[in-house]
Order: sequence, then structure tokens, then C-alpha cells
Amino acid sequence: MIDINEVIETNKMIEQENLDVRTITLGISLLDCADNNLEVLNKKIYNKITTVAKDLVTTGKAIEREFGIPIVNKRISVTPIALVGSSACKSPEDYVTIAKTLDEAAKVVGVNFIGGYSALVSKGMTAGDRHLIQSIPEALSVTERVCSSVNVGSTKTGIDMDAVKLLGEIILKTAEYTKERDSIGCAKLVVFCNAPDDNPFMAGAFHGVTEGDAVINVGVSGPGVVKNALKRVKGADFETLCETVKTTAFKITRVGQLVAKEASKRLNIPFGIIDLSLAPTPAVGDSIAEIFEEMGLEQAGAPGTTAALALLNDNVKKGGVMASSYVGGLSGAFIPVSEDRGMIEAVQSGALTLEKLEAMTCVCSVGLDMIAIPGDTKATTISGIIADEMAIGMINQKTTAVRLIPVIGKKVGDMVEFGGLLGYAPVMPVNRFSCDDFINRGGRIPAPIHSFKN
Amino acid sequence: MKKTIISVLGKDQVGIIAKVCTYLAGNKINIMDISQTIVKGYFNMMMIVDANEATKSFDVIATELEELGKEIGVVIKAQHEDIFNMMHRL
Repeated sequence: MIDINEVIETNKMIEQENLDVRTITLGISLLDCADNNLEVLNKKIYNKITTVAKDLVTTGKAIEREFGIPIVNKRISVTPIALVGSSACKSPEDYVTIAKTLDEAAKVVGVNFIGGYSALVSKGMTAGDRHLIQSIPEALSVTERVCSSVNVGSTKTGIDMDAVKLLGEIILKTAEYTKERDSIGCAKLVVFCNAPDDNPFMAGAFHGVTEGDAVINVGVSGPGVVKNALKRVKGADFETLCETVKTTAFKITRVGQLVAKEASKRLNIPFGIIDLSLAPTPAVGDSIAEIFEEMGLEQAGAPGTTAALALLNDNVKKGGVMASSYVGGLSGAFIPVSEDRGMIEAVQSGALTLEKLEAMTCVCSVGLDMIAIPGDTKATTISGIIADEMAIGMINQKTTAVRLIPVIGKKVGDMVEFGGLLGYAPVMPVNRFSCDDFINRGGRIPAPIHSFKN
Repeated sequence: MKKTIISVLGKDQVGIIAKVCTYLAGNKINIMDISQTIVKGYFNMMMIVDANEATKSFDVIATELEELGKEIGVVIKAQHEDIFNMMHRL
């Protein structure tokens, strides 16, 4: 029989500690929409999305109501569009028409983001891949809900440095195309190494080719719950600290599992995975950086931050895997700067730098995320930062990502406002030394050796 | 048979249980268990109810209970029991 204290505990997590389910993401395969006539292709894509996802939002809302747990986002991910559009699209402009179709379909079914305007080019680019990548600046400026991602490397294939070079230019161009809105287009573009096929989180979500026709993936959240649990064990040793994170992650994930199973049953679409990521929001008390402070660091970025993040990430996983039969996606603590109030404050006070953030990405998902940099940063410098981050992912067999926003017209220290869950961020300084000759070499970095690990 | 948990949180006063029970009886909702506790001066009550005979939908019942709560000056929530079972039971 349910105990009153358990009811009080659960509802306190929801009402006071920002416990929520961050997203129900419906993955839809568009492979069967492929056609060599662009108009027919667009029509098929629109019809498939609006048919498969027609009940997603109402079902999400009903679950929210019945269990009393907020489900913040209902979203869609689709097959990487570079694949779906390759036989119909002869130019970047052709791909933009698909972006518009996705945007329209997303609007009609009522989701706030649709991911999968993507290309997988970890070893090389086809003509279609290249066209899609070149179309990104326009696609993200003429649409509202479309999210784009490009996988440029993997542990198995190495890093496609031609794509890395191109993406440095594309990110700057995207910033330029959306400069009236603080270059917000770049907030919808992620560059990956080892991108997972089943990630429910935006902007990097896409429905991988290894997936079935449609699938429900759920992303949980709850930095506030972890922080409050740690408050209750102030001063205790690391064993207690880890144990507390683990039990809390278990409870959070169980709620995600319940919502995922229920959504799967009601929509009659198979359940895929739970993504065990602690995802912060700009709200007070919903911050990863505040967890570090609770652990005993003055601010995020202080010595000890990488260790704190490593133990947080590991114990979230240890607690989470027991709570759900299928775990996948990115699964780890997110450290986006603009979406986490404590991280923003740490940047403003000088505690947190780009270099420290890079070190932190070695032990967590996902990477250099939502970081505003000066708008006059060179394309090659952006490519250099991407290359560094991709190398971390490639060598350590983990997913890493880069979502940088070079804000046109802004300089170091200026504030940038993206609004809503995307938050706000101070423009951070970037190392000004050149990597031009390195990036301009072209070609690929070979796959790393898989033995002699050290 | 799915059960619903109704929780009431607010300042203690005369007649809270009576008003909630009257609403439930009027809507064919059977009370299976009631427990209450005071946490930091606040009145906490939990009812386990069976709403399978109710003629109104879950959404309507939850909304009407919320409104009743506002009239009395407390917060009333109705939730399916599964969220608590999942979180606290293996």
C-alpha cells in the first residue's frame, strides 16, 4: 500500500524541485518516403509525419494530467534528411524545401522541435550530404522548429576533417543568416562524434537508420531533485554522496520509464529507450552547476569540477540502468552554458572557461554546448574547436558534440538572450591563436587504434 | 483495477475531509484508505480511491477537485497510483 510520506516526497520533487519528464520524442522513419520527384517526396514526408504523430501531443498531455507529472516537450525526430532527400535534391535549395515541409508538419501536429535535418558523414560526404550541409544556414533561418545535426566522426571511422572545415564556415554563415535574433540559428545546429541513433534530446535528435518505423524515446530530467537530495547529506563522505545520487537517479528514471511505457501503449508505437541525462533549465534550482556547489565547490569550474562531474555522471547511470530495461541516447549530465543558471554565473565570475568546459566534456555527455562566442571568430577557429571535441569523443569511445553560437555583432562579456529553454549566455573568449594551416590540410583523421589503451 | 491517489495539502481547518468526501460520494468514487499527517504545520492528507465507477472522466474529476481545493484554500491533486508505485516500489 502506498504510504503518505511517499506521496509527499514525490509531489515535493515535482512541485518544488522541478522534477519533470523533459521530452517524449517520437522517432519516425522517413526512408519509405524517398522519391526522385521533390514535390512527391515533400508530400510523402508531410503525410507520414502528420499521420504517425497526430496524437502525440494530446497523448502527452493526458499522461501529464493523469500522473501529475509535467512533460515539458513533445518532439519528433526523423531519418537524417540527407539520406531521404539524396535522389530528389540536386542543390542546397532543394533541401531547403524539405526543411520547410518538416517545419510545417511540426507546426500542424503541435510539437516545438523536429530533429533530423541531418547528415552522417563520419568518413566522407556524398553529393547529397554536401548539399544538405550547405543548405543548413538558410534552412535554419527560414524555419522555426527544425533542428539540424551533422555527425563528422566516430571511433570506428575517424574524423572527416573536410566536413569539420566546412562546418566551421556553415556555423558562421548560420549565425550571419540569423543575426537579427542573436544568431539563434546556431542553437539549432549540433556537430557530433559518435552520434547515437536514438537520442531524444534536441537539437541533436535524429531517427537513426538502425531504428524501426516509429519509436518512442523519453528523456528524463531532475538536476533540482539531485541537488536537494545532496543538501540532505551535506558533509558526508564520497560513498554517501554517490549512493545518494544513485538512489535519486533511480527514482527519477522510474518516472521516465512509466511515462515512456504509457505513451508507447496509448500511441501503439514501440518503446525505444530512456535517456538518462540530467538536463538543466535556466530556472532557479534546476542547474547542474548548483549540484557541484552542493558537493562542495565554490562555483562550477573550480578545481575538482571534472571529478565532481565524473562521479555525478557515473552514478546517474548506475541508478538509472536499474530503473529502466532500455537505456540509450546520450545518457549523462548535460553542461550547456546558456541553459543552466549556475553555469552562466560561473562564466560571468570568471570561474569557468572554454578550456575547462572542454576538459569536463571528457567525462560527461555531451560536449561544448550552447556556448556563445564572439561573432568575429574565424571559421577555422570554430573548426579547430570542433576538431578538438571530436577527437575527445573518437579516442574515448563516447559521444561528443559542439553547439557553438558565434553571435554576430557581440563581443566578449556581452549578454545574449535566446529565450525560453535555450536561456541566455555571456559571450565567452576564444583562444585567438591560429589553426588555419591545420584545418586547411583537408582529408581525414584515421580511426584510432583499439588496443594499447592508456 | 487502477486506483487513484488524492492528496490534499494546506492549512488545517474544519471540514476539509467532509467537503472532499462529499464530492467523492456525489461522483461514485469509493474511498479505500485515508491517512493524514502534519508536516511543518501543514495539513497533509492522502486518500486512496477507486474511481472506476465514476461517470466523469479523470480530467474532469481532477479539475473539479482542484477547484474545490481553491474554494477551501488548500491544494488538491488527483494522480494515478502508478507514479508512486514506480518511484517507491521495486
